[in-house]
Amino acid sequence: MKILDEGEGELVGWHDPDENREWILQNKSPALVDKRMDITEAVSKFVRDGDVLAMGGFGHIRVSFAGIYEMIRQKKRELTVLGKTAVHDMDLLIGGGCVSKVEAAYSFGHELRGLSSCGRRAVESGQVKVVAEISNGGFQWRFLGGMMGVPFIPTRVMLGSDTFRKSSAKIIEDPFSGKPICLLPSCNPDVVFIHVPRCDRFGNCQIDGIMIEDFELARAARRLIVTTEEVIYNEVIRDHPDQTKIPGFIVDAVVEVKYGAHPTLMPDLYYFDEEVIGEWLDKSKTEEGTQEWMDTYVHGVANFQEYLELVGGEAKMKYLYDVEHYEAELKAPWLEKKKK
Amino acid sequence: MSEAESEETPYYTPTHLMAVAASRVLEDNKSVFVGTGLPMIAAMFAQRTHAPNLLIIFEAGAVGPQMRMLPISVGDSRTCYKAIAASSMHDNMSFAQAGWLDYGFLGGAQVDKYGNLNTTYIGGTWDKPKVRLPGSGGANDVGSNCRGTIIIMRQEAQKFVDKVTFITTPGYLDGPGARERAGLPSGSGPIKVISQLGIYGFDEETKLMKLESIHPGITIDQIRENTSFDLIIPDDVPETTPPTPQGVALLRELDPTGMAIGK
Repeated sequence: MKILDEGEGELVGWHDPDENREWILQNKSPALVDKRMDITEAVSKFVRDGDVLAMGGFGHIRVSFAGIYEMIRQKKRELTVLGKTAVHDMDLLIGGGCVSKVEAAYSFGHELRGLSSCGRRAVESGQVKVVAEISNGGFQWRFLGGMMGVPFIPTRVMLGSDTFRKSSAKIIEDPFSGKPICLLPSCNPDVVFIHVPRCDRFGNCQIDGIMIEDFELARAARRLIVTTEEVIYNEVIRDHPDQTKIPGFIVDAVVEVKYGAHPTLMPDLYYFDEEVIGEWLDKSKTEEGTQEWMDTYVHGVANFQEYLELVGGEAKMKYLYDVEHYEAELKAPWLEKKKK
Repeated sequence: MSEAESEETPYYTPTHLMAVAASRVLEDNKSVFVGTGLPMIAAMFAQRTHAPNLLIIFEAGAVGPQMRMLPISVGDSRTCYKAIAASSMHDNMSFAQAGWLDYGFLGGAQVDKYGNLNTTYIGGTWDKPKVRLPGSGGANDVGSNCRGTIIIMRQEAQKFVDKVTFITTPGYLDGPGARERAGLPSGSGPIKVISQLGIYGFDEETKLMKLESIHPGITIDQIRENTSFDLIIPDDVPETTPPTPQGVALLRELDPTGMAIGK
């Protein structure tokens, strides 16, 4: 096979498929073990300094913020974060001092809400290094490769671009068509958090709405922490096996944390909390503001429940339920500024 | 145009005109890969006017929605309103790669004469950027694999450049045949650029950006002043048809908070 070109980016999260098989043999088991624990235990047990971390969900959608806040609280350090469209989560982890490297598909921005001061400051000052570029489609195919147990996935993205030049991919001559094809290295992240609406105590998960790339990411993960709105009976799972999106045998921890994706959107349950996101966007414009925000919302509370009370409790969640169902108007500080 | 006319406040804004112009590119019974902001409005507008059976696809997983209100994000539940499927990124990126997507929308901080786009960094070097931007997101995927891409962005001399500093998303790279040589699908590439000043296409032979129509009240000089490369300007350039008052009312209905269209 002829290699035509090689990206200069750092190869992150790649493992020889045989090495990964061995890791699975040594560390995973389909035994029916009750995996319920609290977020403090899950994070201290399964997240190590220096890990390659990916958060399930996408952007501000269905991201395990219970996991994000706890990693910051426990002062996890030197993480390599996969910016598979990681924005608010990435921003907070950077603000919390947890991140040293990023592989970026989409980060340091908040879509319509604007660019991220905290993430940009860190990259522009050199505090955080972008070690490789990739595309969103490319990232999820890296996880597909990791899930499939193969070393790479051939694709037709990134060809001809500088995104490829700064990626960890390679271009070869396709032995069938003779045309250039981009090989994306597979990725098995050290640790992944996925927030779901329902799962049983063994980790069998049902997910409503779009899957984004969580089907592939869950199966590619070495350590998988599931945070869930509620824990349901195993019988419910077995009565509706077609609803299972993540099988429990690949899950390491089940953490029941209602509203655990706040301030991001949870399909059918709650919309983005734009007031909380907006306050972060304002405060994080300065280092001091960032620290202040962390002291109030992360270090100043003992757990997720206390945080939730601080941001408005059940009344706020009822309002966000109504916005999700088109029954209340969206309030967003960044939107008010846009209108002026 | 007399001075009195130029001082009149029209019933539409440049943003309204860009959204409606983008929607006109989208034909009925075709498919489009949609990103956040104006592209969403343009696709929704097309569905509610001339293209009721426009198939809308979002990278995060929604397939074929008939949205009633502008989503904030491409993964927002609003992207699934009356959709035919709530699927996945693998599914939808594969649709694009396999050739099911007619159009894709793109934006950028910089575009060049071949329609290459930069959304990665401005100034400094990649290792030490002056301004770090978000990166590709789904743009490289859309720009690589959708058949025809439509670029919507604000035009300024610093944004319409001869050569982008970083090709985040490929246009025609360095000219005719370059996409195919790089291994990108044949017959794909940018077909339109829509700015607040005019609408541009790409010359069939040279793949260079070419002015196609000029917005009402804009002069050729203004177009030139806001472009840093040698733009192809034909002798007879028609004026862009402005949106109708009903069109503007529909835009406001689709985006009641003014998230993408402003006031």
